[in-house]
Amino acid sequence: MEFSYIIEGGDFSKAGSASSEVKKILKQLNLAPEKIKKIAVAMYEAEVNIVAHAYKGVMEGKIDAEKVFLRFRDEGPGIEDVDKAMQEGFSTASEEVRQMGFGAGMGLPNIRKNSDSLKVSSEVGKGTTVEITSYINN
Amino acid sequence: MSGRNFHHALKILEEVCIGCTHCMKACPTEALRIRQGKAQLMEDRCIDCGRCMEVCPVSAISIEQDDFEDIFKYAVRVALVPSVLIGQFPRHYAARKIYSGILEQGFTHVYEAEHGASLLIRQINQYLEQHADPRPVISSFCPAIVRLIQVRFPSLVENIILLKAPLDIAAISFKKELMERGYDEKEIGIFYVTPCAAKIAAIKSPVGELSSPITGVIKQDDIFNKVYTSFKKEEKSTCIVPEKEQLRAEEMGWSLTGGESRHINGRCLAIDGISNAIEFLEQIENGSVSNFEFIELRACDESCAGGILTTANRFLVSERLQERVLKYNADFKEGKIIDNKSIDRHTEYLVDHIALENIEPRSMMKLDDDMEAAMKKMDSIQKLLGYLPGIDCGACGAPSCKTLAEDIVQKRAKTSDCIFVQNALAVAPGKPDKAEKIWGINRFDKLVP
Repeated sequence: MEFSYIIEGGDFSKAGSASSEVKKILKQLNLAPEKIKKIAVAMYEAEVNIVAHAYKGVMEGKIDAEKVFLRFRDEGPGIEDVDKAMQEGFSTASEEVRQMGFGAGMGLPNIRKNSDSLKVSSEVGKGTTVEITSYINN
Repeated sequence: MSGRNFHHALKILEEVCIGCTHCMKACPTEALRIRQGKAQLMEDRCIDCGRCMEVCPVSAISIEQDDFEDIFKYAVRVALVPSVLIGQFPRHYAARKIYSGILEQGFTHVYEAEHGASLLIRQINQYLEQHADPRPVISSFCPAIVRLIQVRFPSLVENIILLKAPLDIAAISFKKELMERGYDEKEIGIFYVTPCAAKIAAIKSPVGELSSPITGVIKQDDIFNKVYTSFKKEEKSTCIVPEKEQLRAEEMGWSLTGGESRHINGRCLAIDGISNAIEFLEQIENGSVSNFEFIELRACDESCAGGILTTANRFLVSERLQERVLKYNADFKEGKIIDNKSIDRHTEYLVDHIALENIEPRSMMKLDDDMEAAMKKMDSIQKLLGYLPGIDCGACGAPSCKTLAEDIVQKRAKTSDCIFVQNALAVAPGKPDKAEKIWGINRFDKLVP
């Protein structure tokens, strides 16, 4: 099955609402609780990344018997050095964003930790695509 | 529905129920439906929080209890009372007077349920020190919250601390104390005076333990009515004032909001009210709240002071308990408190008996055990939601269009249960649709395939 949700940039009051919807879907599909927990953390991080950095984005998902695949595409500033962004603690978030409890530089590393595969591609000035795959039976 | 039987304290009185949908709309786990004009409970979803009872306009939802006469089957009859009970009475009735009043009803002993709290605080802090994972640890105190997590947040079950509640610890301790005084275990009946439905369910079908140390349950409002009536009649107290074992300050305030978190080391949070709890559990599940050691969650507003079986206003109850804490602290400073608690003599034994067994997740949300079947059902639900009006009126007997769609795919309901679908099918072509007056033109075009 497939689904997609629009994510607005800059609106922190709604950050996490798309993830909550998908989490409901995963619960209804009866995925193992520990799996749901990991996917929930990964997609929430990815969603907040779009809210914090991009103008707008979309979360597209595809679930089959083997895996949960989530793609986060955004229109935004892009990431200059993807490898650097994958390091723990690296952050370009503004002070304002950090005060809200976001932007600690744990986003991408946390996604990697909670998924089976993470692919990040980015073009400076255009946007970023984050692809997360979690296998259901491993 | 699953084959397991869950004991529920909440019962729907069919002869009283008017099928008005209030309870169905208030239920946080979508456990109620209207069938044949009466509210019907889905047993595996109900968490005994009591919200339905609170909103029922005709008092058609009741809480069952043990027959009061049952206490007389035992030679030793202990009333295990929560400290919020004192808060039900006007302030000029001292705790000793109230406990004498309870004894007059036929009990031989009154013992406060929070006596186990000091020990539990030490055990929780020790647990947090010894276990770095998982975080945040969630309190197991409120049984409605434990059940809520089991059915709605199965992935957080492992965060629940596996330690018993103070009332269980108090019951185990007092039973041991009485046995050491020479009573036979069979002679001892321990009856908990409960301020809520969830505790009844927890005692009758415990989660995480095989059996409860508590013999039976009496509703707090019943005891209050009995005792207060006797006060009003000014019956002479013939009872000996109960032997004095005083709660400590942290124990007196335990069941109020913040009663746990205040005494736990590290960053903690206390949350009361079921919708607040749900909102926060969502966030914990997202991993968006980090660096918390311990979360106290209570289903009722103002925690146990707002229990469904409390008679007095929850804020006044809370105030009276807080005053009691202040008085204790002042007395303590002046050296007036003799801290002589029988429970302290049993510490070692209690520490050995404080652990809960595993708590199992039992998701109510899964559409099917088989994932592919679940996916098919989810597709059907999405399609149905394209047709249903999205008003969540409840006239179909389900709390929302989404739950109706789920019920339809689970074969618990039919599409034609929707009154708007019925209306759309009934309106003859070319004739005015009266529903349009309220809901706007073309609003329900989608209802007709």
